[in-house]
Amino acid sequence: MSAVISTQKVSKVYNPDKIPVHALSEVSVEIARGEFTAIVGPSGSGKTTLLNIIGGLDRPTSGNVEVGGFDIDALSDSALIDFRKNHIGFVFQSYNLIPVLTAWENVEFVLLLQKKPKAEREERVRELLRAVGLEDQMHKKPSELSGGQQQRVAVARALAPKPDYILADEPTANLDSASAENLLDIMAKLNREEQVTFVFSTHDQRVINRARRVITLVDGKISRDELREP
Amino acid sequence: MILKLAWRNIWRNRRRTWITVASILFAVLLSSLMEALQKGAWNHMIGNMVNYYTGYAQVHGRGYWDEQVIDNSFSLEGFRADMGDQEIPQLSGYLPRLESFALASTGNKTSGVLIAGVVPDAEDKMSDVSSRIVRGTFFEEDSEAVLIGEGLAEHLNLEVQDTLILISQGYQGVNAAGKYPVSGIVRFGSPELSKQMVYMPLAAAQWFFGAADRVTSVALDITAQKRIPGVVAALESRLDTINYEVMSWEEMLPELLEAKAMDSAGNYVVYFILYMVITFGILGTILMMLKEREYEFGILVAIGMHKLQLTLVTWVEIILMGLTGSLMGILAAFPVVWYFRVFPLRFTGDMAEMLEKFGFEPIFPAELNVGIFVWQAAIVLSITALLAVFPWLKIRKLKVVAAMKRH
Repeated sequence: MSAVISTQKVSKVYNPDKIPVHALSEVSVEIARGEFTAIVGPSGSGKTTLLNIIGGLDRPTSGNVEVGGFDIDALSDSALIDFRKNHIGFVFQSYNLIPVLTAWENVEFVLLLQKKPKAEREERVRELLRAVGLEDQMHKKPSELSGGQQQRVAVARALAPKPDYILADEPTANLDSASAENLLDIMAKLNREEQVTFVFSTHDQRVINRARRVITLVDGKISRDELREP
Repeated sequence: MILKLAWRNIWRNRRRTWITVASILFAVLLSSLMEALQKGAWNHMIGNMVNYYTGYAQVHGRGYWDEQVIDNSFSLEGFRADMGDQEIPQLSGYLPRLESFALASTGNKTSGVLIAGVVPDAEDKMSDVSSRIVRGTFFEEDSEAVLIGEGLAEHLNLEVQDTLILISQGYQGVNAAGKYPVSGIVRFGSPELSKQMVYMPLAAAQWFFGAADRVTSVALDITAQKRIPGVVAALESRLDTINYEVMSWEEMLPELLEAKAMDSAGNYVVYFILYMVITFGILGTILMMLKEREYEFGILVAIGMHKLQLTLVTWVEIILMGLTGSLMGILAAFPVVWYFRVFPLRFTGDMAEMLEKFGFEPIFPAELNVGIFVWQAAIVLSITALLAVFPWLKIRKLKVVAAMKRH
């Protein structure tokens, strides 16, 4: 399979002029289309930093990051925003839906940013809300949904622009077991049936158990890269 | 999408939104009321001085205004001939007057007075003198009686039918002296006029001053204040400006305009303080809103919203609050200003005495003019719009990862 994400000797140093903190040290990794990958490691190991860099939210101090063959570090801030909008889906730990919009509007939001026509938007939003099992909750605002439901809306929102991959930072951290399992079932199904690429940063054993590849980071370096049978 | 997002965002924190809207409302209300009271007071005063006596414009003999002596008078017949028969648009008539100073006395009291020889009907039509007669009646054109100001009547202890003795120097130095019965007593808005005004039929004044057919001024009856420049220009082209001067009230009473400008300047300081209070109030709201939503802004930029779009959302939010506050301010100001128009502020005691000393009537009716509300609302809204640029400065520098870490 072709690599959708490729990092070459990526390093990230915070406070380089004061007390340097080496969050990542020469991390090279390739993630292929359709992977269901978990990045694991203790706190401070660099999981979130790596996720931020491959998500175009942060820039490496050195090294290269290519997404679909593009050197995303070469993009301007504005072009990077467009790149994220069109190529990357994000699922955050705290759901992070727009509180004033309904579930439907939250999923539709990125499509509006992409200036997709109304008919296409409606079809896509309906399809995604059905896929995450929230078709009947579409007019509710986030405050009217449970944590699990909110996170499913966040997954639908991340999938809306048909991204190359989805980055999920601790997506199950705030969910109870049933909600977490339900969310993982949905993600696994999307990965299996629609070849959606998922990259997780997680501590959660339930996520790790589902992953087909587990990359372990320790002190900003890859200590283990393990492939598993589905 | 931006409008929808902005509208819903402003109702996320209803209490804060209403506090902001209320602060804008009170700013518009207070500044409108201040301006309405100030403009109303000045217009009332100018109205007293201009509408009731000076007229919007006057024609004099060349040099009269600089040296207001009866020797600088001019022939009324000659003026009529120079004017010709052709009408001047917006000029509905003119009032010849012969004005000069005299010493008035009765018993052992004296007072300097301004004698105005007028044509009663024409004067009444323009200045509405008869409506301000508190006792007695207006004199006839061919009579030899006088109307005097209420202040003068009080000072000289005069009543209707009493006799007023006048002594002065007439045209080209002739002696002027005469006795005139008081036909009526007039109330003036301006205390200054009230204390020194003596109306007399024009013919009687011409006889008194030995100035047959002569007048010192012709007050112009112009249909509207905004027509003054046009009428003045038309007269200047028709009359020989070597012999005549045509002056608007603004040229004749520059001290009134200066006093108004000085008063306005004082008010601008108060406006400035008021606007500053509002500015910091709104800025406080903006800062709180930015701080509260920093994490959310990080998320929105992360999922693909451009910073300029985000800035636009916050800008629209602030403008919507500004618009709501301004419109409510206009609605609230209207009845308040209307009240002070119908029931004007009236100073009494020392304050009233002080104002009267300066020639001001101690009444402050508010000016009911939609333009004032709209203008004040526009200023407050402009301040709001300008402050709404502040989020742009913050959002421009937003670092997505840092913003999301601070949660």
